[in-house]
Amino acid sequence: MGMTMTQKILAAHAGLDTVTSGQLINARLDIVLGNDITTPVAVNEFKKAGFDKVFDKDKIAIVLDHFVPNKDIKAAEQSKTCREFACSHCVSHFYDVGKMGIEHALLPEQGIVTAGDCIIGADSHTCTYGALGAFSTGVGSTDMAAGMATGMAWFKVPSAIKFELKGSLPKNCSGKDVILTIIGMIGVDGALYKSMEFTGEGVASLSMDDRLCICNMAIEAGAKNGIFPVDEKTVAYMTGRCERPPVVYSADEDAEYEKIIEIELSNIVPTVSCPHLPENTKPASELSNIKIDQVVIGSCTNGRMEDMEVAYNILNGKKVADGVRCIIIPATMQIMRECVERGYVTAFIDAGAVVSTPTCGPCLGGYMGILAAGEKCVATTNRNFVGRMGHVESEVYLASPATAAASALTGFITEYKED
Amino acid sequence: MKTQGKVFKYPDNVDTDVIIPARYLNTPDAAELALHCMEDIDTSFVKNVKPGDVMVAGWNFGCGSSREHAPLVIKTCGTGCVIAKSFARIFYRNAINIGLPILECPEAAEEISANDEVSIDFDTGIITDITTGKTYLAQPFPSFIQNIIQSGGLLAALKESGGSGNE
Repeated sequence: MGMTMTQKILAAHAGLDTVTSGQLINARLDIVLGNDITTPVAVNEFKKAGFDKVFDKDKIAIVLDHFVPNKDIKAAEQSKTCREFACSHCVSHFYDVGKMGIEHALLPEQGIVTAGDCIIGADSHTCTYGALGAFSTGVGSTDMAAGMATGMAWFKVPSAIKFELKGSLPKNCSGKDVILTIIGMIGVDGALYKSMEFTGEGVASLSMDDRLCICNMAIEAGAKNGIFPVDEKTVAYMTGRCERPPVVYSADEDAEYEKIIEIELSNIVPTVSCPHLPENTKPASELSNIKIDQVVIGSCTNGRMEDMEVAYNILNGKKVADGVRCIIIPATMQIMRECVERGYVTAFIDAGAVVSTPTCGPCLGGYMGILAAGEKCVATTNRNFVGRMGHVESEVYLASPATAAASALTGFITEYKED
Repeated sequence: MKTQGKVFKYPDNVDTDVIIPARYLNTPDAAELALHCMEDIDTSFVKNVKPGDVMVAGWNFGCGSSREHAPLVIKTCGTGCVIAKSFARIFYRNAINIGLPILECPEAAEEISANDEVSIDFDTGIITDITTGKTYLAQPFPSFIQNIIQSGGLLAALKESGGSGNE
């Protein structure tokens, strides 16, 4: 029996010819990732277990992104722990303030991850890198510590759901609307323990930023990983960028899938996830009576250059509605710089928005846009759980950058329609 | 290994943001974090939980963030076991790695009520609701995972195997 794309990558990294779903394997890791919240716990475990060296200083990435520039003294202490560990072990991919970015935007941008990789990260949205044709999954701090020490991790080989994409997206829709639609369809545990393999002729019409966004939220359907095939767009993205040569895997013709779901991209509409679960999706057009207090455009889901461009095209020359705070957070310093060079930052400020240095900040209710009781926010982030962005009685509506920017202008949830 | 205690009952899709809100994650200190366990959906949990008590929940327990702080605070509060209809995969993995006993048993998770007295035998997987007298059999762990738990967690298991990470 054939293997899925994910299974082929796992087999290769376990030194096996074939694997089948449910099999427990030990796989070799290409990158082990941590951030300023999960790394201190991993460092503690690493030391407690008596390890004194990392398996490969070039295969560990530590990115300070959740609470930096440090929001308080305790956060500063956590960053310091990461910094000292990275320095003492000569970790080559250590990203501090000034060159950091939100990890899942930063690693692909910097070419640290590539096609065919097997990656673990102590952050649930590590599944993002499947967009490049890699196996990549979120783990906890203890797995990160073990990965840093040994370069290996155990996995249960997942089965897969195949999403057969057809057609192309309407102009006012993006990858975010695709993944929110899928989560609404299958639920927050609809792909529990499984791979979500995206395939079909519709893939070609999706940009790399769309694919990164779609894989990013695979975890919101409970998935172990999301993955796209490698095509011309992937190769163009990786060329001159990735530090290790990409290895291209593709699913066998006779690979077995638990389910095959067809998605006609031209039928996708601007979609919003209502509180308090990502599966509570509705068309944005049905929510125009929801008055909002805040808009956040950013995060590892939607803080990339295309997202900034969409926000600029909608906000340029317009004004954010009275009573709405609009917070825009380019995900990396490179994206920030490009926003400055292209005049986006000036346009955002003129529109009445604020622009922040890269941070996960408000997405997880850390800082830089916390909500009070009763407040509502349209956010391009990835979770709308109770209390996620602040007070337990606040509400987060997940949406695309286009929906978020259009909503900022009206003060109500608004479906973006091109003029 | 056994535990016995009172049941705290929770719904489907309990996420790691309510188990331990991110606003407290500016410290890795488990004892300090544990003071806020479950507070966004159950402010009384930390006040009332006693060593050995049992959480019983619905589908997809522990969904969301990969924060290991979530199983860690549940364990630090003294919780003896979490029984759920299913667990989100990163939480499941983290619980094993840090040594928080968890059991998947949809029938028990459905029928056991809040405040029931429950005992669990981890060797046999038998869950007994002492209040109702009913027993349930949970899915046993695969032997690979039992080895990790018996060693006292992933890193201890790695050390036993010589730290190579290979089985």
